[in-house]
Amino acid sequence: MDRAFWILIHGSVLGTLILLGFAGGLAGLIRLRPQKLSAASVRGRVRALRIAVVTMAVAVWGTVLTGTWIVYPWYREAIPQSPRSILLASPATEGLHHFGMEWKEHVAWISPILATVVAFIVIYCGTSLIRHNRVRRTALLLFSLAFLFAVVAGIVGTSIAHQAPVL
Amino acid sequence: MASNVETGAAGGDRPDTQEPEGPIAAAVIAAGVGAFALGLLTTLSEMSKTIKDLLNFYDPVGSLAGKTVGAVVIWLVSWALLHMAYRDKGFETRKTLTLALILIALGTLGTFPIFFQAFAPAE
Repeated sequence: MDRAFWILIHGSVLGTLILLGFAGGLAGLIRLRPQKLSAASVRGRVRALRIAVVTMAVAVWGTVLTGTWIVYPWYREAIPQSPRSILLASPATEGLHHFGMEWKEHVAWISPILATVVAFIVIYCGTSLIRHNRVRRTALLLFSLAFLFAVVAGIVGTSIAHQAPVL
Repeated sequence: MASNVETGAAGGDRPDTQEPEGPIAAAVIAAGVGAFALGLLTTLSEMSKTIKDLLNFYDPVGSLAGKTVGAVVIWLVSWALLHMAYRDKGFETRKTLTLALILIALGTLGTFPIFFQAFAPAE
């Protein structure tokens, strides 16, 4: 497969799905707080929430798997044209590898773990999540952390791609 | 309109019963264990060349392969074990969340380059 295709999938397609899944999941978890709602309304909200959190979980898994097993080997190729070699060749950019890439490649993996647990909580509780306020708040916090870790990895990845893109 | 909180009439595709919170607690703690395992493997790999070589089972990815696969395996195994242990139990989710957050914080610290690079052997 073409490198540009995988860069597009890893960064843009899956990145967009993460944003959509997070936005939907965040809104769904917040809107499911205890309140007067019809049973049909609760079912509809939980169905939408389930789709959003599963989308987010699948997207972050897709991002770390393509990133680690497809894009990362290109990044660290032992050739002068690889992004790693380019970054390390200049004192002005070597920090992007030693700090940025070294952090991104590890910390990004916490995101799918947390997103999967949130998807499990939402599926396990189903419509009764509206009555489990503490559980809902726990899911909200873990979901936000999952997004935060994905954002850290995304921002660092964008900075590195700006300096030394995988070609 | 009816209050779902007051009447419990949430309706829906699951029985309207109070599910035990044990499986939720198990999942939340396991997430912390997975994050902690990732940080630990990252730091151990920096400390010891033997461990780094052991984790490098696929050259194009280097030791990152073993760190990530190892952390995911530890997370899934711990989730399965905790789930079996807690599946029928009620749980104080605030305590389990606190434990998980501590483990996630330690795991994040372990993946932070300034931290784990401090354990690199002197050249």
